[in-house]
Amino acid sequence: MRPLFIVFAKEFLENLRDRRTLLSALLFGPLFGPLMFGLIISRTLEQSVLESDVPLKLTISGSHYAPGLTRYLESRGARLTRRELSENEARAAVRGGGAQIVLLVPEEYPKLFAAAKPAPLLLFADSADSQTRKIADRARNMLGIYANTVAQLRLEVRGVSPLLTVPVAVNDVDVATPTGRAVLVLGFMTYFVLFGLLMGGLYLAIDSTAGERERGSLEALLSLPVARAALVGGKVLAACAYMCISLALSLTAFVWVFRFVPLEKLGMSANLGAGTALIFFAICLPFVPVGATLMTFIASFTRSYREAQTYLTTVLLVPTLPIAFASVYSLKPTSKLMFIPSLSQHLLMTSVLKDEPIARLDILISAAASLAVALLLFTLTARHWKRETMLG
Amino acid sequence: MIEAFGLSKRFGSIEAARDVSFVAQNGQITGLLGANGAGKSTCFRMLYGVLTPDSGRACIDGLDILGATSEARAHLGVLPHAAGLYNNLTARENIHYFGSLYGMSRQLLKSRTDELVRSLGMESFIGRRAKGFSQGQRIKVALARALVHNPGNVVLDEPTNGLDVMAIRNLREMLLDLKAQGRCVLFSSHVMQEVAALCDRVVIIGRGRVLADSTVQEIRERNGNASLEEAFLQVLGNTEGVS
Repeated sequence: MRPLFIVFAKEFLENLRDRRTLLSALLFGPLFGPLMFGLIISRTLEQSVLESDVPLKLTISGSHYAPGLTRYLESRGARLTRRELSENEARAAVRGGGAQIVLLVPEEYPKLFAAAKPAPLLLFADSADSQTRKIADRARNMLGIYANTVAQLRLEVRGVSPLLTVPVAVNDVDVATPTGRAVLVLGFMTYFVLFGLLMGGLYLAIDSTAGERERGSLEALLSLPVARAALVGGKVLAACAYMCISLALSLTAFVWVFRFVPLEKLGMSANLGAGTALIFFAICLPFVPVGATLMTFIASFTRSYREAQTYLTTVLLVPTLPIAFASVYSLKPTSKLMFIPSLSQHLLMTSVLKDEPIARLDILISAAASLAVALLLFTLTARHWKRETMLG
Repeated sequence: MIEAFGLSKRFGSIEAARDVSFVAQNGQITGLLGANGAGKSTCFRMLYGVLTPDSGRACIDGLDILGATSEARAHLGVLPHAAGLYNNLTARENIHYFGSLYGMSRQLLKSRTDELVRSLGMESFIGRRAKGFSQGQRIKVALARALVHNPGNVVLDEPTNGLDVMAIRNLREMLLDLKAQGRCVLFSSHVMQEVAALCDRVVIIGRGRVLADSTVQEIRERNGNASLEEAFLQVLGNTEGVS
C-alpha cells in the first residue's frame, strides 16, 4: 500500500503547484455552473415577474370602427397608441420595429359586428421574436375575453342562457408542490454538479498519464520495483481527491447562489440548504471513482497531452447522456435505473430536491453499481499499464 | 553484474533484437555501441524489464528480471533514453519520489541525497523546481534519481545526448567514479570517442545482433589497428557482407 500513497502524495502536490490546472479544476469547473445557473434563473424570473406588472402596449389602427372594443381594452389597462395604417403599413411597422404589435380594425368591422357575424380583426406580430410573441399572447387573450363577453350578452338578449355553451366545466388541479415546480427549473443543476466534479480531476488525469509519457518520465517510473496497479491506484486516488474538493466547492457555490435567486416570487422554494448539499455530496461520492478511473483509463491510451485533452473533454459530456435521456422520457426513479452511474445520481438528487422519499435500497444500488463500474475501469486501466505498448 | 542470454524481440515484421548475449562485469564500464535504430534501446528495455523478450532472459546480479522483478530492480539503477523530470517538483523532490518508491526510509533518503548532491555537484539547484533546468542539470537529477537506492548496477541509455562539452566531461567523470566504486556500468552510445575513452569492454550491435564483444583494444587490433570508428564501420561492413 505504501507505494500507492507515495504516488498519490506526489501527484496531489504536483497538481497543487500547477496554477493553470488548479484554476480550471477548482475555480472554473465548480463555480462556472452555479454562477451561470443562478444568472439564468434570476434573469428568467425577473422577466416573468416584470411582464405581468407592465401594462400591455398596443398600436391600434381604425379604432373609430370599434369604439366598444377600444373602451374595453382601455378599461383592462392596455396602453393604446392610435395610428391610421393600411395593412401593408402595419406589416412594415411590425417588421421594422416601429411597433411591437399592431391591431388593425378593418372598414367592414362595424357592419359585420352589427349583423352579429364574425367581424374580422388583424393582429400583426412577429412570432419569431420571443418578446413580442408573449405580448401578442396577452393581446390575444384580452381579445378572446372580450369576444366571449359579447357572445354571452348576445345570447342573453335573445333569451338563451349562456350556460348552454358551457357543456363541461374543466377544473385544473395542480398537485405539484412548490418545490416540485422548482425542480423543472433546477433540473439541469444536477448536470452542473457532476460537471464540476469531473472538472476537478480532468487535468490531473491527463497530466499523470499522457503528461508523464510526453515528459519522458514514464519509462523511468515503469522501471521501478513497484506494482503497476499501485502506480495507477495512486494516480486515480489523486484524481478522486481533487474531484471531491471540486464537488464540495461546487455544492457550496450552489447553496450560496440560491440564497440570492428569488425563487419565492414564483411560488417555488428550492430545497437547497447546507443539509441538502451534504446529502448531495454523499450521493455523488460513489460517482467520483467512476469519473477518475474513466478519465485515467482513456488518457492512458493517448500519446500526448493535447490528444488526451481532446478525448477527455468529451468525457465531460458523458453524464449528460443519461440525464438528457431521463428528461426526454421523463423517467421516474426506479431500482433498475439505479444501476446506471450518473443517471442514478441525477435521479436521487432530483428526488431530494422534490422532497420525495428515497428508498434506502436505491441509494445502496446506486453506490454499489457506481463502485463496481469504477472497479472494472480500474482493473482495465491497470491491465493496460502492464502492457508493453504503454511505453509508446 | 548484468547478463543477457539470447535476448530476442520482434515488433511485427521488424526484428529489433536477435539472440543478444553479453555480460557486463562489476567494476567495469561496458559500452553498447550501435547506429541509430540498431536495437540498443530495445535491449536495454529488456534488461530492466519493461519489455518482455520473445526468448532469452536477462539477469541482474544473478536475479532474473522477469522472475524476480522487484529484487532484480532493487539492484539496478536506470537512466532511460527519455529521462524526463517532474517540472513542478524540485530536484530534491524528484529524487525523493523515486527513492521512496524504492522503499527507502526518510532518513536514509536524506543522507543518500545529500551524498549525491555533493558528488554530482547539484548544490546550486537542488532546491529549485525542475522547470527551466538546463539539459546538464536535468541529466544530473535523472542520474541521481537512478542512483538514489545505491544500486550495484547502472544502465544508461545514450546519456550524453544533448549535452554540451562540459556536461559530457562531467558525466564521464561520474561514470568513472561509479566504476571506481566497484559498480557495473552499462551504457549505450553512438559516439565513438566516448566509448573509446571510457569503456573497458565494447559490445557492437547492428540490426539487432551482437557483431563484436571484446575490449576496445582488441577490436581495433583485429581490424588492422584502425581508430574505433573505422573498426566499427569494418565490423558493420563485414557482417553486412556475411548476412
